[in-house]
Amino acid sequence: MIKPRFLNLGDSALTLEFGNTIDQHLVSAVAALDARLIQEKEAGRLVGIIETVPTFRSLTVIFDPLVLSRTTLQDQLMMLLDEADSGLQQSTRHWRLPVCYGGEYGPDLESVATSRGLTPEKVVDLHVSQTYLVYMIGFLPGFPYMGDVDPALHMPRLTEPRIRVPVGSVAITGQQTAIYPWESPGGWQLLGRCPLTLFDAQRPEPALLAPGDRVEFQVISASEYKALAEEGQGGSMDVARFLLEEVNT
Amino acid sequence: MTPQLKVLFPGAVASIQDLGRIGYRRIGVPQSGVMHPDLVWIANALAGNHKDTAVIEFFLSGPTFRLEEGTLRLALAGDFSMELTRGKAKRTLQSWRSVTLEAGDTLQIGPVVSGTVGYVAISGGLNLTPVMGSCATYLRGGFGGVDGKRLSPNSTLEVAREIPAVLRDSGEPDCQLPQPPKFTTLGLTQATSDQDPPATIRVIPGPQDDYFTDAAWHDFQTGNYTVSKESDRMGSRLEGPILAHRPDKNPEIISDGIVPGAIQVPGNGAPIVLLADGPTVGGYPKIATVITIDVPKLAIMPPGSQIHFEVVTPEEAEALLRKHQGEMTDLIKTIEPLELTFEVNLQALYNTSLVSGVVDALDIP
Repeated sequence: MIKPRFLNLGDSALTLEFGNTIDQHLVSAVAALDARLIQEKEAGRLVGIIETVPTFRSLTVIFDPLVLSRTTLQDQLMMLLDEADSGLQQSTRHWRLPVCYGGEYGPDLESVATSRGLTPEKVVDLHVSQTYLVYMIGFLPGFPYMGDVDPALHMPRLTEPRIRVPVGSVAITGQQTAIYPWESPGGWQLLGRCPLTLFDAQRPEPALLAPGDRVEFQVISASEYKALAEEGQGGSMDVARFLLEEVNT
Repeated sequence: MTPQLKVLFPGAVASIQDLGRIGYRRIGVPQSGVMHPDLVWIANALAGNHKDTAVIEFFLSGPTFRLEEGTLRLALAGDFSMELTRGKAKRTLQSWRSVTLEAGDTLQIGPVVSGTVGYVAISGGLNLTPVMGSCATYLRGGFGGVDGKRLSPNSTLEVAREIPAVLRDSGEPDCQLPQPPKFTTLGLTQATSDQDPPATIRVIPGPQDDYFTDAAWHDFQTGNYTVSKESDRMGSRLEGPILAHRPDKNPEIISDGIVPGAIQVPGNGAPIVLLADGPTVGGYPKIATVITIDVPKLAIMPPGSQIHFEVVTPEEAEALLRKHQGEMTDLIKTIEPLELTFEVNLQALYNTSLVSGVVDALDIP
């Protein structure tokens, strides 16, 4: 088990930093401790922990210092870290999500191709040939940080971020790829657009994707995109049909 | 008959908030919720509500309501006055009290005099459907409150229940907070000029305190910062000494967790204090985090306010939080029926400078 550094995030939160890179081993270590903490909380122990926030490389533990002292929490976390070396949370869901690449849906496809010395078709091939891991959800509700993108497609962020990235945009930067669940400002390079609703506050599970999920992309045409987008607006789309398998490991 | 509260005018920005959405940061949903929990505690206590009942939060100019039918008690916390119109009669009332409205009454609230926010609690609460366990409006996500939006003009808020008849018939009087809280404790300040001493905001270093140069740390602790106009429920931008990242460290980090109060420093070196609607993770180093009891103070400072940072330990912050909770509990206990002030209230008289001046003059040893 990787021993994390304990960092102070104010008087009511601790960040346990497992490393400083985007790496599947770190994500697994974070997920293992997170799962142990959730178990403890569900068993009625560790009263005073309010919530936990797993990221690529750290677990933030938010607590009520008037109920649980920082030193007690630190001691308990150390103990759990010693036990949490097995039972890693493996991906149980594998998605195949439809994406319409290029044109108005992917305004950066041409420039990414040019700067990497590839054809746009090759860029799309490389993007759909990979199965990605959802490293974490964050920043905005339901925003999935996924990797790893083929090294041939590694691109910096735009020097001038866009004020408005359309909802559903499928984007890349460095080793990461993501789908924007909301219209928002953004600096990643846009390759295409996915017509599914990634976040719906009214769904029992509002975020479509969860850390540990596997995701691959499937090319669809503009007319297929429009049909799916329309179906989604009706609010009746059954997203389970984009799930390839749900395996308990 | 359920009272219907009509919003004639919503004010600058008003939304439904409660103590926030807990447990969904892991899917990128921020806490949201009120900017100033202490003021909301006071408002809800005056209204006879539980501490986390949803309230109306407004910035600067306040809302105007008309009660369409029924009887309804509102309670108001923050530094502002309001005008109650009943028939042809108009009365000006101060905040820190409850007001019982009758059908047809109009209540024009604000503007806020110190700080930037005010709160209206509704006795019995509003009829709302919680989203992910909370009624807090998250504007960016478009959920919570009323359809995920700000209060809109000519909308109607449905009140959860009327004042119980037993209370009304026995003439349960309105309540007040007899001694409005010390404004400095709650951070209710007016925008300062250069001559005023800056307000102290206490911080705990980290999580990325080691990303900054010694000079940056010196400037951070000794310089003054001004709250910029570009501050909202997501964060407070500060203008002041630029904080340089260490040359051997990247000014970007692999994203990690953020809580309200975290001070992010992007590549341009200008700090941003993230607040209730801020993102759940971020890719810039966080030099320090504002302690829990000072976050609301900073969150409601008018643009142009001056602050300086003071470093404390987590143990000191915990002790300060415990002390503050005690003081707030004591303050809430002082809430009393309002009718007392209509009779001769000696204590209130002694508290006025006029009487104390007389007493001083007569104070012969």
